[in-house]
Amino acid sequence: MTIDWAQFTPMASLGGGALIGLAAAILVIGTRRIAGISGIFGEVLNGARDGLGWRLAFLAGLLAAPWVVPGLAGATGEARFPVSWPLLLVAGLLTGYGTRIARGCTSGHGVCGLSRLSPRSLVAVLCFMASGMVTVTVLRVLSGEAA
Amino acid sequence: MSRLVGWVVPLVAGLLFGLGLIVSGMMDPAKVQAFLDVGGRWDPSLALVMGGAIAVALPVFQLARRRHPAVPHGPVEGRLIVGSVLFGIGWGLSGYCPGPALVAASAGSAEALGYGVAMGLGMVIGNRFGALDLQRT
Repeated sequence: MTIDWAQFTPMASLGGGALIGLAAAILVIGTRRIAGISGIFGEVLNGARDGLGWRLAFLAGLLAAPWVVPGLAGATGEARFPVSWPLLLVAGLLTGYGTRIARGCTSGHGVCGLSRLSPRSLVAVLCFMASGMVTVTVLRVLSGEAA
Repeated sequence: MSRLVGWVVPLVAGLLFGLGLIVSGMMDPAKVQAFLDVGGRWDPSLALVMGGAIAVALPVFQLARRRHPAVPHGPVEGRLIVGSVLFGIGWGLSGYCPGPALVAASAGSAEALGYGVAMGLGMVIGNRFGALDLQRT
């Protein structure tokens, strides 16, 4: 392992993380709801009438984020190990299916679940971190890049 | 709950959540893959995103648990593990997880939009087959 110091952004990542934590805290205090993106998006797609209003309001705020700060919109780059379009769509399918049957993703299990000290969420986080790391390692080996 | 709180609180929370994802670097798939690339050129930044978020949220969640009857923690079942492993594969392949994918799609990334549409389809499949039984747990 070599740490990529040139790409390391401790202050921005810590500050951005604190904003995410603040958002989750505001939602749980104000509405007693969990800021889990896959749950919010998945329940809207599920056609759940109950709770549709707050979920749509949350999603509207989320989607507005890149547009309220000038210069931020469109600021997304390419992956380190870009995959083909079919594989990208498979990745989306796996993410959608996986987060629904596990009932949570990086936000619901990661941020909120760990903050609730939930054992289930710790298991989920360890599982998706581990499989994500294995997946990227496979991509790096296939790309021929030296470790 | 007043109508104002019911709409404004989640709207503001969603906005702050999205801004946090943007500021932290989560929206950049190269940075996400660099975080997961522990055996290569590792960028540990995203561990600090989780750390910063939990540092703020944990005391508030613990306070909320004390004020209200705590929701019991569910059991660890096979679907939790299988689903999380599948999600991790999708996360590693693309460099996107659900929140950043939606924000990046809104910002105009074609890759994030394609991934997000496929994710939505995966969620519908998960809602139909597999997630339904979990409502009872």
